[in-house]
Formats: sequence, structure tokens, C-alpha cells
Amino acid sequence: MTDRRRALVTLGALAALAAVPLVAGVVNQPFYLDLFRRIMIFAIAAVSLDIILGYGGMVSLGHAAYLGIGAYAVAIPALHGIHSAWVQWPLAMALSGLAALVIGAISLRTSGVYFIMITLAFAQMLYYIGISIEPWGGDDGMRLAGRSRLGGPLDLGDPHVFYYVVLALLAVLLLVGERVVAARFGTVIRAVKSNEPRLRAIGVAPFRYKLAAFVLAGAVCGLAGALLANQTEYLTPSYMHWTRSGDIIVMVILGGMGTLVGPVLGAAAFLLLENVLSAWTVHWQVILGPLLVLVVLFARGGLWSLLPGGDGRG
Amino acid sequence: MAEPLLAVRGLRKRFGGLVATDGVDLDVAAGETLAIIGPNGAGKTTLIGQLSGDLRPDAGTITFAGADVTPLTAAARSHRGLARSFQITSIFRDFSTLDNVALAVQAHAGHSFRFWRAARAEPTLRDPARAILAQVGLEDRADVVAGTLAHGEQRQLEIAMALATRPRLLLLDEPVAGMGPDESQRMEQLLRGLRGHHTIVLVEHDMDVVFALADRISVLVYGRVLATGTPEAIRLNAEVRRAYLGEEIPA
Repeated sequence: MTDRRRALVTLGALAALAAVPLVAGVVNQPFYLDLFRRIMIFAIAAVSLDIILGYGGMVSLGHAAYLGIGAYAVAIPALHGIHSAWVQWPLAMALSGLAALVIGAISLRTSGVYFIMITLAFAQMLYYIGISIEPWGGDDGMRLAGRSRLGGPLDLGDPHVFYYVVLALLAVLLLVGERVVAARFGTVIRAVKSNEPRLRAIGVAPFRYKLAAFVLAGAVCGLAGALLANQTEYLTPSYMHWTRSGDIIVMVILGGMGTLVGPVLGAAAFLLLENVLSAWTVHWQVILGPLLVLVVLFARGGLWSLLPGGDGRG
Repeated sequence: MAEPLLAVRGLRKRFGGLVATDGVDLDVAAGETLAIIGPNGAGKTTLIGQLSGDLRPDAGTITFAGADVTPLTAAARSHRGLARSFQITSIFRDFSTLDNVALAVQAHAGHSFRFWRAARAEPTLRDPARAILAQVGLEDRADVVAGTLAHGEQRQLEIAMALATRPRLLLLDEPVAGMGPDESQRMEQLLRGLRGHHTIVLVEHDMDVVFALADRISVLVYGRVLATGTPEAIRLNAEVRRAYLGEEIPA
């Protein structure tokens, strides 16, 4: 039941996203292309966080670190004349995955609030390192020397091409994610959240599975970071700031934890709200905050559970 | 007596000033059912925890199937063939009943770094899990969310998960706890079916169940083994009767 509903919502969301450029063209608002591309990039980051937060119950407050690492992995090679996406993007994923391996190997030995604090500390450490490296833009950041080059007809300079490349990556992520969470690996990760002592008692030492999930999530978020650098054509350490990590958590919770497609909805809702509300007031978070409280109080399953067929609780 | 399956020597565990396990020696022979009884606070659950690997003893050794397992984690001991059920029901509440048992099967079917094939579509996990659910009488409840099962059914599921790891020794911590008469009768029947086929260490407060099932009984008081013997010998043991002050032990 749930699986079918999720497949339908996922397909619906992807179809809607695929239609955005057409609609933007018809109403002559190319700005929407930009906005929804940004939404999809953050959706990739939020879906990656959902794997560890929503499925595994690991509340990482440092997920934006990988966003930043991914962005640097595009900007630094570009600075040195290496523009190929086939170099930059795998590099972004590898470096983010490596960082997640180190951070996870240490932080996963703790749990609860200590885990939150350690992941936060690592991300802030990377943030301050970013600030202090002047040749790479330091505090101010720097312009991207040029967008990643995929080769052939896939020119990311074309907003439509860039849009559909991001959409394709999001679609692949949702498909692969769906398989992973239903496979043996995902079952163990869900069991970690459900009842870790029980998992040990039946003979699973969860650490290496949690670490693997942490690395996977980090690598995928690194890819989102690589896309984000292309999106903004700018590199700034603020991608790694802890408030950004908080934003991604909000997207996951708002959309519905442990649902994969939910965080896509969450990213869309968050960034659309930001867009609409910030046009009224710079203090738009004053409105977002209470909204989030309402969602947590009355729809614990997030937007996902409010869609037709949901139970309001997820 | 042949080499015991489980041999405990000089086991000690203290929590601050409280000595919960105070030099426990135990032998469990393959195939037998040993019941551990004792008043509240005697250290029964602490003892089970040390046997299963959830708690680390301060001193002493635990030998299982001829190997010293004292330094091993709970997960590692599970692979040696030790399985436990918990006094306070511990299941994957948001998983279906069948998923609970299938995961226990999966835990003993190689590593879980498999990312593509749906675990629910693997007959090598589902078929054994279904068979075990039938064994404990939960086959009709396979697709129910485990957290919504009745208390007694959750206790049955506990046993099913332990069985799914194909254990050589079952550590059962108060399987009848909190059950009504019907439920506890069903559980007793289930345990009776396991008896003889499995080696069992049973901690239980329900003396009817203990005296009906145990081959031998060890009485634990203040972390020490006061006496070990056949049910008949324990029933007649003056020291045991004093420790219980006539309470519960049927004459």
C-alpha cells in the first residue's frame, strides 16, 4: 500500500518538476527555472540526509559540510582550469564520502545529543577552515571560474539543459534510494532506528552499517554541493554553515522523514516559502518557525502524510 | 557429566555499591532446561545480560561450547549460538511481525551489504521466518505491525526472533511476565515444545511454569547461587524455603 502510494507520489513529483520549464516558458517567467533547479539541488541534499536521519535515526547537524566540500570540489579544479564534470563531480562525491568516513567513524561512537554536537562541531570546523583560506575566497567566497562541462550537447550554461540534468540526477537518486532502503542494507538501517539493542541481540553489529550509510549520504550530498556551486556560480564557505545544516533538517522533517520523496516536497515547500515570504519581509523565518511547529504538532509525518492516502501521522 | 555447553565461573558484577552478581558459578548441559529463580533484586536479569553480552562482567569467565566468550559482544555471541529474549519486550515495533523474524534470519545469513534486491522478496529470508512464526503460533499475524500485537503475542514474537538465529542456547528472561492466564498457558505450551530440542536458561517468576519445565533449578539470592538441583530437591531445600519465606513455592 505505502509502497504503491510512494511510487505514485514520486512519479507525480518528478512529472511536475519535469513540467516546470514548460510552464515557466508559457508564463514567461524564466526565474522559475532557476528557483526549481535550486529546489531540486536541495532536494538531493535532503534525500541524502533522509537516509541517515529519517531511516537510520541519526540526527546529523553537520550535513551541510558535504554541500560545501562538493562546492569546493568544483570551484578549486575550475580555478586551475579543470572544468570537466566527469572529474569534478566524482571528486565531490569522493571527498565528501571521505570526510563522512572520518566524521562518522568518530561521531557514530556516540549517540543522542553527543552525536548531534560532534557532527555540528566537525561541520563548523570545516566552515572556519573555509573562511581562513584566502586563496580560495576566504570569508567572502569567490566567483566560479566556469560551470562544469559534461561534454557533448550537455551544456550546463543552457538553463534548460542544466535543469534536466539535475532532474535526472534526482530521479536516479530516488530510484536507487528506493532499492537501497528496501534491500537488506536498508532493513538493517531502519532497524537501527527502531531498536538498536535488539539488533545487536539478534547478531548484527550495527556500526559498520551506520558508517556505510553515513558515507553514502555524505557522498550524495557532495554531489548536491557540486550542483549548487554550478547553480550559484559562486563558492562561499557559508554553504557549510550550521544554519544550512539546520535548513536541510527542516526540509526533511517538513516533507516527512523516512519517505525519500517527502524531503523533495519539504525542499520545495521550504524554498518556495522562503521565496514568497522573503519578498514580504527579511524576517521570513518568523513565519516559517511557527509553521514548522504546526507541522510537528499536527502532522508528524510531514507534508507526505498530508497528501491523499496519508494518515496525517506518517 | 560431559563438557557443559555453558560454563560460568566466578562471575562478578557491581553497580556502584550494589553487588548484583557475586561470584556465580553455573553449568548448563546441552539439551537441558535450567531455570533461574530468586526474589526480586536477586540479580537474575543482570546475570542474563552478562551471559548474552549486553553487560560486561567485572570478573569471571563465561565459556560457551568450549570457547571463552567473555570478551565477545552481544552480536558476536549471537553468532556463536547464544540467543536471548528480553524481560521488557524488545521488538522492532514499526516492522511487521514477519519482518521482525526475517531480519533475525538475515542477521545470520551473511553480511547485509546488499543494496539492490528487496529483502521482502528473498525467499531465503521469508520462508524460514514464516516457518518459525508457525512454530510459535503467530502465522496468522505475519503481516500485522508488531507494535500493535497483543502483549502475549509480542512475547511469542520475542521467542520467534531468538529461534530465528538458530541458537544453541536460549536465554529467556521472564517469557511469561505480565501475561494473563490464557496467554501464559499458550507460552508454557510453546516452551514445552522447545524443551529438549533446545538448551534453555529460563529466568521466570511463575513457579508453576518453572516447576513444570525445568530439569534443574538454580536459586539466586543477593547475586549468589544459593542452591542448584532438581525441582524436587529445590522444593525440599530448607534454605531455599527460608529465602522465599514459604512464598510461591508449591509444597
